[in-house]
Formats: sequence, C-alpha cells, structure tokens
Amino acid sequence: MAAEEAAQWTKCPKCGTMIYRPDLAANLWVCSSCGHHFRMHAFDRIATLVDADFTEIGGDLLPGDPLGWTDKVPYPQKLQRDREKSKLTEGVVCGFASIGGYPVALGVMDFNFRGGTMGTVVGERIAQLFEAARERRLPCVVFTASGGARMEEGMLALMQMAKTTLAVRRFHDAGGYYLSVLTDPTTGGVSASFAFQADVVLAEARAAIGFAGRRVIEQTIRQKLPDNFQTAEFLLEKGAIDMVVERKELKDRLVRLLDYGVGAPLAPPAPTSAETPA
Amino acid sequence: MNVIVEREKGLLELEQRIAELKSQAAAQPVDMSAEIRALEAKYAQIQREVFGAMTPWQRVNMARHPKRPLGSDYIAALDQFDELHGDRHFRDDHAIVGGFAKLAGRRVVAIAQDKGRDTKEKVFRNFGMPGPEGYRKVIRLVKLADHLGLPVVTFVDTSGADPGIGSEERAQAEAIAQSLYELADVRVPVVATIIGEGGSGGALALALADRVLMLEHAVYSVASPEGAAAILWGDAARAEEAASRLRLTSDDLIRFGIVDDVIPEPLGGAHRDPSGIVTRVLGTVDGALDALARLPVDELRDRRYRKFRRIGAPPPR
Repeated sequence: MAAEEAAQWTKCPKCGTMIYRPDLAANLWVCSSCGHHFRMHAFDRIATLVDADFTEIGGDLLPGDPLGWTDKVPYPQKLQRDREKSKLTEGVVCGFASIGGYPVALGVMDFNFRGGTMGTVVGERIAQLFEAARERRLPCVVFTASGGARMEEGMLALMQMAKTTLAVRRFHDAGGYYLSVLTDPTTGGVSASFAFQADVVLAEARAAIGFAGRRVIEQTIRQKLPDNFQTAEFLLEKGAIDMVVERKELKDRLVRLLDYGVGAPLAPPAPTSAETPA
Repeated sequence: MNVIVEREKGLLELEQRIAELKSQAAAQPVDMSAEIRALEAKYAQIQREVFGAMTPWQRVNMARHPKRPLGSDYIAALDQFDELHGDRHFRDDHAIVGGFAKLAGRRVVAIAQDKGRDTKEKVFRNFGMPGPEGYRKVIRLVKLADHLGLPVVTFVDTSGADPGIGSEERAQAEAIAQSLYELADVRVPVVATIIGEGGSGGALALALADRVLMLEHAVYSVASPEGAAAILWGDAARAEEAASRLRLTSDDLIRFGIVDDVIPEPLGGAHRDPSGIVTRVLGTVDGALDALARLPVDELRDRRYRKFRRIGAPPPR
C-alpha cells in the first residue's frame, strides 16, 4: 500500500516540489509551483485537446528492422521495451478529431517512444496524415517532440524528411492550412522538416527547439551555452516562430487560429457547434 | 589521421621504387624488365587488397580523402559558370557555391557544397558546413531556376550543417526545412550527386532530387559516424563502429532504393584520376537530365513524389 501511495507522487525536475500525480494531470501536467511543463503522453495530449472522439489512422503501421541493427541490444528489443514503457506503437499518434468544434487532422508526437525519433513509421504516419487531410479538406495540426532522425533506421529514417516534406507541400499547395506546435524537445530532422513548414508555428513555453543538439554545439565550440539558448522564448526573440504559448492557454489559442483558416481553399464547412470561445 | 592516406603510404613507396627502376632501366643496357614486372604485379596485388573490399569506415575515409575532387572541381569543369552570391539577407555562405552554368551546352543552375582544400580554404568554406545563409542561397537559386525553367544540378559533400551558435540563432532548422520544401515541388528537373560525404539533413537539403547519383566510394548517412556515435553512445570516438552499422555505402543505398545510380571510381579512389572522374560524373548528370527533360512537368513532379513516398512505406497488401 505504501509503494502504491508513493507511486502517486512525482518530483518536478525543475523546482523539486513533490506533486500528487492526479493533481498534476488535472493541471495539464504543469507544475503548480514553478510552471514547468512536463512532457506529455500523446494520448493525454489528445485528451486535453479534442472535443469528443479521436479516430486514429496509421496505428497498425509497425516498424521493421531494415538495417538489422544491434548495439547493446537488437533494435527490435528496444522497440519492444519502448512499446511496453510508453503504451504506444510508435513515436507519433495521428488521426481525426475536432477541437473547439473545428474538425482537424491531428498528429501528436511522443518523446517516450525512442525519444520521438523519426523512423519509417513516423514518416509514413505523418505523410498519411497530410494526404488524408488533403482528401478530407481538413486543416492539419501537428505537435512535435523529437530528438531527430532515428539512427537505428539509418538513411531510411533520413529520407522521411523528404517524404513528409512532399506530403506537406502537396497538402499546402492544394490550399490546406497547417499549424505546428513545437513541444519539448523539437530538434534535428523533425525541426528541419515538417515542424518548420507550417503556416503558423507555435511553441510551448520553455520548450527546447533547435537543429543541432545542445551537447553537439558545446562540444564543437568548446564553451558553455547560455541557459536560454534554443528555448521557445529565444526563438521567438530571434524571429523564428510565431508565438510562445503556455499550455493552459494552448487549446483556446489553437481554436482561435483554426478559425482564421475557415476560408482557406481546402477547408471544411464552418463549425456549427457553439463551442467557439468568446 | 585518414586511414586511406595511411594505407596509401606503402603503395606510394612501391610506386616510387617502380619509377626509379624504370628510369634506371632506360639509362642502362641491363634488362630489368622482369624485376619491374614483379614489382608491378606486387603493386597491383596490394592495391586490390587495400581497395578491393573496403570496410564502411575505410569508405568514410575515402570520401574524406584530402585529395578527393571537391565541389569546386566539378563547378570548374562546367563549360561555363557565373557565380551568384548571397542569401539577400545576411551574408554569402562560402560552404555553398552556386550560380548559372552550362553543362554540355545546356543552361542549368549548379549548386555545390565545398569543403576547401588547404587550411586557409577550409576556414573560408567553413569545412563545407553550410549555415542557414547557405541553405537560403540554395532556396533562392532553386526559385530562380524554376522561374527561368533551368534544370538544377547539385553536388553534395558535407559532414553536416554547421552546428554553431549563430546558425541556431538564425534558424538552421527552418532554413533546411524550407530548402526541402522548395525542392519538393519545383517544376524543373533536379539531379543531385553525392560526390564525397553526404552528412544528414545538411546534405539532404540539396538532394531531394529526381535523380540521386552517388560516387562509388562516397558515403551518405543519417548522421556523420561521429555524430551518430555521440547520439547513440555518448562517445564520438566510436565512429568506426557507427559507420559499420549505419549502411552508408553506395552498395547499401542502391539496394534500399535511396540512390538511383552509382558512378564507379578507379581502383584506389576518385583522386587517382580526378579529371577523369569529374568528366564521368558530369556526363552521367547530363544523361540523367536528357531523360528527365522528356517528362511533362506534372509527370516529373508525380514521379518525384512517388520516388520518396515509397521509401520506408509498408509493402502494398
């Protein structure tokens, strides 16, 4: 009983405050003491955003082992371990839902599955999402969280940058409206492809965002980087993103932004529900 | 130290010995042809042993060989070249050389990454690692090519995009993302050739192309072996091990359908016959452009979409 009770508590990695997990969930996984945004599970994220149902697509696509990769453990074992740990089948969950009455194609990446890295399945699911959004005339909202391309799938992983780009481009050229939300962390091959190809690029407060990893840069230049380097706020100041949003305000902000897209060439009929915020 | 350069040392000694014997033989009445033949046979045997079946790590070192033809060597061999500088925003990135050119009489836009040969040049070219300005120059040139209906020819050789503070401040990720976005639907044919090292997104940003060619001993990798080792095991020194797993050779990539055509190199590598290799590459690029020029624009773009769309896609049911 004591162990179960202890498991209900977690420590904020930022300020060290002990937090009761149900309270944390109720507070959208934001520390009530310091405002630290915990990394969210993809399905928790979806639950905090969508009005009612979420219809997943591409969930049956599962990764193979194209390179026959083994280091400490074979790649298939790493995948199995992450499936158990994360309760996910891969690093992104894609599907259809409505947010504040606006129907959308929604993709949510999850850092818990191989660091959100993009391999063939993440690339394929994202490409299918944009293709489906084009067919169904839906705006696309993608939450990114990724360490970049997945090393264990080698060049096949790198090529997903090209594949996702082609799908985004086709969707966009048809008149589609695309919002990306960069969450902690968004780096490498994901930041250098679909994350930064959106019409509007949002970032969650204090998220780490960049191309090269912080460690790589420090090793290259042999000096310590300032604390705010590669944060959402830093990127906003440099003009690289449109806005930084606190998680609590994120859904309302998304709904407002979705509304600006109702006249896009590729758009569904205006929402009929009265859920549009004041 | 480059492991290929190390292995070449023994061969160079033999080469010199053969040359000496030949000049002695010419100056003396004594018949030394048997001895020369024996040395030449030995030379050929060692050459086959050293270069016949190279490990992935040796291929990486071949791709980084200090005498290997660089991007500028291909540019210099074009019939005509008018360099266009700068990104119109911040500065001219010298890791990328680009402009109008003529290749076998055809007007093209040519873009090359260049690592620099000597120390001074390497610093000038930032070791072939482009910053955001370099990719923004690419975007500008690709738009120009699209506007004028000129095919785009790229030569890829980089260990990766520049990982510096300034590059991050000026949104390296956005620059690469937009370069890919621009190439994705351009109305003119694009032919990319991996001539040395194709390192990660910084290389792909010039290689989302209708035809992707690769020199036999070039490498093309999801990350540089050092970078991959650092990411996987927190230890860049395990680069050789990473190279052995990443499947970065031309044999691997043609098998995966990522590369369309492999251009053979002479035994011992491209630097054994630099002008011959440059000519062969330009000829292959010209042939690829001939084939692509026959396609209607919509067909060209559809094929490009399908080409990358199928990579890593599940087999049809």
